Amino acid sequence: MIDPIAETRSLVVERLMPHSPEKIWRALTQPWLIEEWLMQNDFSPEVGHRFTVRAKPLPGWSGVAHCEVVAVEPPRRLAYRWGDGTESDTHVRTLVTWTLTPEAEGVLVRMEQSGFRPQDVLAHARMGAGWPRVLQRLDQTAGALQ
Amino acid sequence: MPTDADTVFSALADPTRRAIFQRLSREGEQTVHILTGHAGVSQPAVSKHLATLKRAGLVSDRRAGRETHYRVRVEGLAPLVDWMSLYGAFWRDRFDALEDLLARMDG
Repeated sequence: MIDPIAETRSLVVERLMPHSPEKIWRALTQPWLIEEWLMQNDFSPEVGHRFTVRAKPLPGWSGVAHCEVVAVEPPRRLAYRWGDGTESDTHVRTLVTWTLTPEAEGVLVRMEQSGFRPQDVLAHARMGAGWPRVLQRLDQTAGALQ
Repeated sequence: MPTDADTVFSALADPTRRAIFQRLSREGEQTVHILTGHAGVSQPAVSKHLATLKRAGLVSDRRAGRETHYRVRVEGLAPLVDWMSLYGAFWRDRFDALEDLLARMDG
């Protein structure tokens, strides 16, 4: 069995969208468009650019994520670090990668958020106040799975 | 040992077990004796709680002389990482919003 400590986990969401890659690329990379579907931001499509995304704070999350652009390959691939570990109780630091793959019916838009670690949850264990929220999340997750 | 989120969840749903687990994660390896001193319940009760945590894969034990030492297994928490599915809901909503935007945009 693989060692779960070393293992990090990814979240993948994919959807076929009946639009051109160039148009989708604009929606993913122009800050005033990003704001329409994601969050308030000061994104710029330059490798090394640091930016923040902002939303209404939630319990355990400050409402801000500190990000940094790591790959810009128009109109195919975009990647940015999401979270520097300071924003939430869980200290989550992840990498968000967008991949656009042209297909007959449009473009397959794939978002992968990688880097979730088991230790991210252990951070909750060290903060008593975080537990009710972890357990609440677990409850919701278990409910969603059944 | 295969465990799932339900097992881990029910093991940690009990406040006394949660307190024991939190203490182990904060203080590192501890003996049953020391844990009993802080738990506010009897040693047999603490041992029973530790057995439940062990079955859930959340702690491991080690005999040294007459004492049994317990420590947290970080990897036992891996099933909890399924709360990530909540991030999944976040991104699916964002995908919906992205599609709405694309429908409104020119070419």
